[in-house]
Amino acid sequence: MTTTAEPTTTEIGKSRVRKEDARLIAGRSRYTDSITPPGTLHIAVVRTTLARATITSIDKSEAEKSPGVHGVYTAADLGAEAVGMPCAWPVTPDQKAPQRPVLGIGRVSFSGEGVAVVVARSMAEAKDAAELVEVDYDPQDAILDMEAASKDGADLVHPDLGTNVSATWQFDSKAMGTGDSVDDAIKEAESDPDSIVVRRRFRQQRLIPAFMEPRSCVVDPTGEQITIWSATQVPHILRTMTTVTLGIPESKLRVIAPDVGGGFGGKIGVLPEEMLCVLLAQKLGKPVKWTETRSESMLTAHHGRDQIQDLTITAKKDGTITGLDVHLLADMGSYLGLVGPGVPILGAFMFNAIYKIPALKFTCSNVFTNKTLTDAYRGAGRPEATFGIERMMDELAVELGRDPMELREQNWISHEEFPFTTVAGLTYDTGNYEQATARAMELFDYAGLRREQEERKRSGDPVQLGIGISTFTEMCGLAPSRVLGSLDYGAGGWEAASIRMLATGKVEVITGASAHGQGHETAFSQIVADQLGVPFEDVEILHGDTQVSPKGLDTYGSRSLVVGGIAIVNAAEKVVAKAKKIAAHLLEASEDDLEFANGTFTVKGTDKGKAIQEIAFATFMAHDYPEDMEPSLDSDAVFDPENFSYPHGTHLAAMEVDTDTGRVTLRNYVCVDDIGNVINPLIVEGQVHGGLAQGIAQALFEEANYDEQGTLVNATFVDYTIPSAADLPSFTTESMSTAATSNKLGVKGVGEAGTIASTPAIVNGVLDAIRHLGVTEIEMPTTSQRVWRALQVAKGGNPMETPSDTHSPGAGLGSIDPNNPKGEVL
Amino acid sequence: MIPAKFDYVRPTSVEEAVTALRDGGEDAKILAGGQSLLPVLRLRMAAPSVVIDLGGIPELRRIAEDGDRIAIGAMAAHHDVMRDDLVKQHVSLLGQATETVADPQVRHRGTLGGALAHADPAGDLGAAALALDAEFVILGADGTRVVPAAEFFTDYFTTAIGEAEILTQIRFPKYTGWKTHYEKFNRTAQAWSMVAIAVALKVDGGTISEARIGLTNMGSTPIRATGVEQALVGQAAGKDVAKAAAEHVTEGTHAPSDADAAADYREHLAKVLTGRAVLTAVG
Ligand SMILES: Cc1cc2nc3c(=O)[nH]c(=O)nc-3n(C[C@H](O)[C@H](O)[C@H](O)COP(=O)(O)OP(=O)(O)OC[C@H]3O[C@@H](n4cnc5c(N)ncnc54)[C@H](O)[C@@H]3O)c2cc1C
Repeated sequence: MTTTAEPTTTEIGKSRVRKEDARLIAGRSRYTDSITPPGTLHIAVVRTTLARATITSIDKSEAEKSPGVHGVYTAADLGAEAVGMPCAWPVTPDQKAPQRPVLGIGRVSFSGEGVAVVVARSMAEAKDAAELVEVDYDPQDAILDMEAASKDGADLVHPDLGTNVSATWQFDSKAMGTGDSVDDAIKEAESDPDSIVVRRRFRQQRLIPAFMEPRSCVVDPTGEQITIWSATQVPHILRTMTTVTLGIPESKLRVIAPDVGGGFGGKIGVLPEEMLCVLLAQKLGKPVKWTETRSESMLTAHHGRDQIQDLTITAKKDGTITGLDVHLLADMGSYLGLVGPGVPILGAFMFNAIYKIPALKFTCSNVFTNKTLTDAYRGAGRPEATFGIERMMDELAVELGRDPMELREQNWISHEEFPFTTVAGLTYDTGNYEQATARAMELFDYAGLRREQEERKRSGDPVQLGIGISTFTEMCGLAPSRVLGSLDYGAGGWEAASIRMLATGKVEVITGASAHGQGHETAFSQIVADQLGVPFEDVEILHGDTQVSPKGLDTYGSRSLVVGGIAIVNAAEKVVAKAKKIAAHLLEASEDDLEFANGTFTVKGTDKGKAIQEIAFATFMAHDYPEDMEPSLDSDAVFDPENFSYPHGTHLAAMEVDTDTGRVTLRNYVCVDDIGNVINPLIVEGQVHGGLAQGIAQALFEEANYDEQGTLVNATFVDYTIPSAADLPSFTTESMSTAATSNKLGVKGVGEAGTIASTPAIVNGVLDAIRHLGVTEIEMPTTSQRVWRALQVAKGGNPMETPSDTHSPGAGLGSIDPNNPKGEVL
Repeated sequence: MIPAKFDYVRPTSVEEAVTALRDGGEDAKILAGGQSLLPVLRLRMAAPSVVIDLGGIPELRRIAEDGDRIAIGAMAAHHDVMRDDLVKQHVSLLGQATETVADPQVRHRGTLGGALAHADPAGDLGAAALALDAEFVILGADGTRVVPAAEFFTDYFTTAIGEAEILTQIRFPKYTGWKTHYEKFNRTAQAWSMVAIAVALKVDGGTISEARIGLTNMGSTPIRATGVEQALVGQAAGKDVAKAAAEHVTEGTHAPSDADAAADYREHLAKVLTGRAVLTAVG
């Protein structure tokens, strides 16, 4: 028996304005920092400015005398010397993982690491006193170059580990039985005059997630449960990990993620500062609060990307790809983050992308350096892989003298071939690359722009035009728990939902997903409104509090809709099934004679019926209900998908390069994304726009720069240049849909698509504009200076590398060297 | 972040302000729009004992005609300067440079006097003030003195304003009918200048009869490009003239090197931008 007829879809597909926005925009939101229980003490962390040093002494005496100070503590003072922050992803059985202490013990391993913590009555007093803690160090040369660090005999970030290589993880399609041998493919291509081997090295620069709300944590130990408020993406994981880290029973912990102002993966970690707040709250018996400053955030919140990619692609001269060999070095920074080691590994399955590549080998070494640790950042592993393959497709096209789009088409999976099992062992359920591409090329006027490009080349226009292509796919919706298990991930990938039918017919939906800007409250309400046939306004989405939503795995990896949303659908189906029993009882009909549409059960062929909201009331009254059931419609569900979902899209960028100045201008950007069925087109558009901005920013604007001492030199927004709307054109975005078959809603996930796809489109476009002038490669971000210098080098000019780590004497405060605030030229 | 503790006073006249400044001694700081000072305080790069807010003195915001000059109060906000009709008519270069400063929020708070007193070499207003021969009216305990622009900027973040002095007014000669343009090159749309060129030209019958050119971020202070000015005067305003004159732009400069631009790239940019600025100015 099927419990429901097809739900009537009046809400799904509607561009509803997000219901959470009025609250957020009007400032009625509640972020963690707005929560201050009575008697709260504030902490400030004393941080080192050195990247690698032993601590010779810590003098707390002046700080302890400072007004308002409650105490100053080191890890030893807190009895926390044995505490280590958790890493949940041992990618290999022999992965080397250093202890990541809550505060540096005896030594520091990156600039920004905490060494002591000050507790005071106010934040200001804590900050004042933190400046009075005298720490003496014996500094050593920082280990910053991951390539040098990975060599034998290198200085060690963690001497006790005996190496800087945390783990080397490999996937070989031959060994896995999913494809041929890459080594053979390369050997064959090298000796075959009708084949070609193309080798390239790309660098994924280090990025800072730069979420809007700085991280913050408040811990109140005064109740039966310790309450932790945190600006986190992962309240449920934080609860479990607090237990794992500090040994406090999970049942004694309540974690609340109130309104959270963005994350982009940057709030997926479990933080030393969170654990410090718990330890101090327990020790002092009072609420304790930590809120970071922006510069603290940029220095110490985990960074993203930072890889060196050595890629080899082999192909027949007719354009058929025969193999892809991927060698990555991934900079972990000085410690392993919660899922950091697995981030580059996620790329293993995406390097083959949408192409039929018969042989794939992926080798990744995770390397320690004296920098801030790296972990998930929007896309996590997949942007790196997509960049690598999409850049290689352009390089191959250049080597073969082919149109880059045509070469892609020759190699991609055609729509008749779905479902398609790839060389990486994943089965893509649905997609239509031809359709997305054709539409994108039409919207973009590909042929017209190619003509304009030729014309500019011919006339020697100082402004040259390039066309950048990225035909991407991604695996999203983390994830099938069994697949995660096979990757040694330290958790499952299911999601939980509950629906409570209130007496008055209103609906409370509880989700384990933890929104921090995505618009879940709106999209999930739309789904439930359709499933139950109740007004959108009658649905309330509750999340982010382990007392309300006891079970969940939170929000990251474009999983909220494709996993969490389906759990909600399953719970709704259970509610309808229960309601149907009661409806049949009240209508004195057989269940088989009932049909459910628009929220009402009707006896077929009659006008006798009852709305589900009436049934909710009747169930609450419980005066009359079937013998064999409990008087409740409430239902729970946990959904564990069997497969990832595979959104894809074709992204096209028209790039102008001013060859006189090197200035790169993104003139026009078109993308057509297949993200499966769309719940709310407006939210989708917002996700795509924001994602594009972030991916474009990697290509053009952003990079975390360290100087030779290992100091992050751009730790303010004056120097760490994130683009604003004024830097970007109006995007042309469209979506098309081949419904996913892996879930009931046919949805695929859209949170990361724009970021994953756009970076290579931009860089391909920049190079396409000036390749005829002799430029073959420009590192990201492709700033005007780098472009100009590449043009000079191509002309045989000055190859001087510009240092990226020099403090500007002017240009705002952020550029002012803290050691030389007046900007004196020394 | 939270600044270190300081006392705060908000005088209602310039005389009171000067007294407060003198009483405050070495550690006293003037607060104008706060767009540069507050970040410095929050990053704890400065810890003044007393902050003297000039926001309570309305006369310092006035923009008025003063004989053959336009007199702008030090506390006139960027937004008000760029919208002002007198500025548009007689000192258009200043208005154009001001429009390129940061974003609307900053322009509503930041002030002309604050920006000039702060004297960041990447700031946009110094080059315009220098090119236009502005006069700086400075008030101290001993009364008022007037410093010409050529003597005002002395080094990075350093001006002729003395310890217990306040910049009260900036006076510009009228450049009615001059052709002007401010050409700014930056990393992102609302960022500080990597290099910028301030150009004011008097053009009579197609010939440039006077030229005033100021450079932003080509040294520790704004710099006057006299070589370019000389090369332009007496010439017909055109592409080749502009290009040839632009070759002189690096004379006497000391372009800084930083992550955005090494000195050689700045010098190259200055040449390209000067040519463009001259051509845009003449239209
Ligand atoms: C995000 C951002 C971007 C910016 N981008 C640009 C840009 O692109 N171009 C640009 O030119 N500027 C830029 N600025 C700086 C802006 O122009 C500031 O307004 C200016 O530097 C300082 O002006 P203020 O009125 O805010 O001065 P304040 O910050 O209040 O003061 C600055 C300094 O000048 C001193 N001072 C102020 N007024 C007087 C006075 N009357 N007499 C004596 N001393 C005084 C103060 O004591 C302090 O040392 C930017 C600022 C921000 C925050």
